[in-house]
Amino acid sequence: MNNQLASEGLREDLITNEELRSQSEELLNILAGSLTEENLKSGNPSIEPVIEILEGISITRARQGFTARETGLFVSGLKNAIIELLQAEIKDSAKLVTEIIQINSIMDDLAIISFETFIKGREEVILRQTDEITEISTPVIRVWEGVLALPIIGTLDSQRTQVVMENLLQEIVATGSSIAILDISGVPAVDSLVAQHLLKTVSATRLMGAECIISGIRPEIAQTIVHLGIDLSSIITKASLASALNYAFAKLNLTVRKNITDTKKKQE
Amino acid sequence: MKTNSIRMLRTTILSLSKETIRVFRETEVVLLRNRVKEYAVKIRMGLVNQTKLITATSELARNLLKYAGGGEVLLEIVTRGRENGVRLHFIDKGPGIADIDLAMRDGYSTGKSMGLGLPGTKRLVSEFSIESEKGKGTTVMILKWANG
Amino acid sequence: MERIPILRMGKFLLVTIQVDLYDKLALTLETDLVNMLNKTGARGVLIDISAVSIIDSFMGRIINNIASMGRILDAETVVVGMQPAVAITLVELGLPLTGVYTALDVEKGMDLLKGKIDFEDQFNQDAEDDDIITF
Repeated sequence: MNNQLASEGLREDLITNEELRSQSEELLNILAGSLTEENLKSGNPSIEPVIEILEGISITRARQGFTARETGLFVSGLKNAIIELLQAEIKDSAKLVTEIIQINSIMDDLAIISFETFIKGREEVILRQTDEITEISTPVIRVWEGVLALPIIGTLDSQRTQVVMENLLQEIVATGSSIAILDISGVPAVDSLVAQHLLKTVSATRLMGAECIISGIRPEIAQTIVHLGIDLSSIITKASLASALNYAFAKLNLTVRKNITDTKKKQE
Repeated sequence: MKTNSIRMLRTTILSLSKETIRVFRETEVVLLRNRVKEYAVKIRMGLVNQTKLITATSELARNLLKYAGGGEVLLEIVTRGRENGVRLHFIDKGPGIADIDLAMRDGYSTGKSMGLGLPGTKRLVSEFSIESEKGKGTTVMILKWANG
Repeated sequence: MERIPILRMGKFLLVTIQVDLYDKLALTLETDLVNMLNKTGARGVLIDISAVSIIDSFMGRIINNIASMGRILDAETVVVGMQPAVAITLVELGLPLTGVYTALDVEKGMDLLKGKIDFEDQFNQDAEDDDIITF
């Protein structure tokens, strides 16, 4: 315990001394239980339960915000403590060396495991955040009765396009909209893969009996598309969301008119 | 150290449950589709992926009937570390496919004959493999992970 | 014997598919349909697939057949109510539903058919190509 408190890895803001004590105790107990005489003699200690505890500690720490180093120091603090104990107890130098080497190798493996698990814990956080971002950045807006608009912001990859496609189609069914406008002015780059995804989205919309228009194609993207030899002739494309909306109204036989006021001065 | 063997487990594909379904009549195709759906739901596969998997199953099962007079389907739930998936082997003792490369080529632009529908089916699943020997039979394997 | 019912709705015929189509059933459907078209002189066929969760190439062929037979008998076919998951799968599968119109639901399907037929009768020319599905 003293070792832990003295170590650089101590993060009083993230974990109370109480918790630190209980984490250390738990690890020590399991470790003591696994390192029986027989296990050590056979040279292949069964450290499954220790791994489990260690993984638990690692993942919790990853979620709490510890750095990998701090978690690693937690484990090596234990190693130092054990080595100190051995030095105090074993007087025979040769035996001391053997024991230390063995403990060293075991603890090193444990340290590696704690690192791996730590990284996995972080990856889970990243995955969850990615999911959240995907959800937030693909809103479906009902701009008019029967017309949906999807402003897409950010890079379009395979994963995201799937989500966009599913969302769009479900909303079409839910709202009974017959026209969907996909606005990609917020998409920085379009390569052939993304273009393929867009084409698939348009095809799926058509199959269901609705129409999909793509708007917001920036000049650079138009250039890239032609250079890549992508054929967009089967898709209706409009430069801006406004003109796409115009087209949608026309398709739905709707007209937008300015009201004519009474005064003769203002005549539209 | 045990750690090495643990690491290996995370990359090989393990079969968690197996079932063999005979497909020699059309009603059995429906049975197969329903079982596949059950498995897919069990491993929490999303609706779109389910639809793709079952459609691929339907295509390959019909091929069994049409070109080989029937066959057996080995249905499994598999796992690779944290991912779960559904794997199917379509095994027949039919005439075999003479030219696999030709069968795998996309010919949908002609619109006339669907042929074996293999290239399309391949696009619906995560993994696809086919082995065939003329006069001996054909085995097609498809696998779809829960997350596609 | 199991049969898929065909309803008459004014100038149109409505077919609602709610079970898995197998060979015999599909063949019977085709036969029943052409006979009904002949008998009623209907100008349009609506195929409601809102309850269909899997469409494979077999089913696709049936739909294409119905559309082709209908056209020969001067009737247009509209497929309505396709589920999103099915649409996505069909695009990936690369199934061409050539010469088949689609609409979101029966009501919109009927509007579509009415538009086609009135247009045809008025100008006596082939239907517009822009509504036909191509990939």
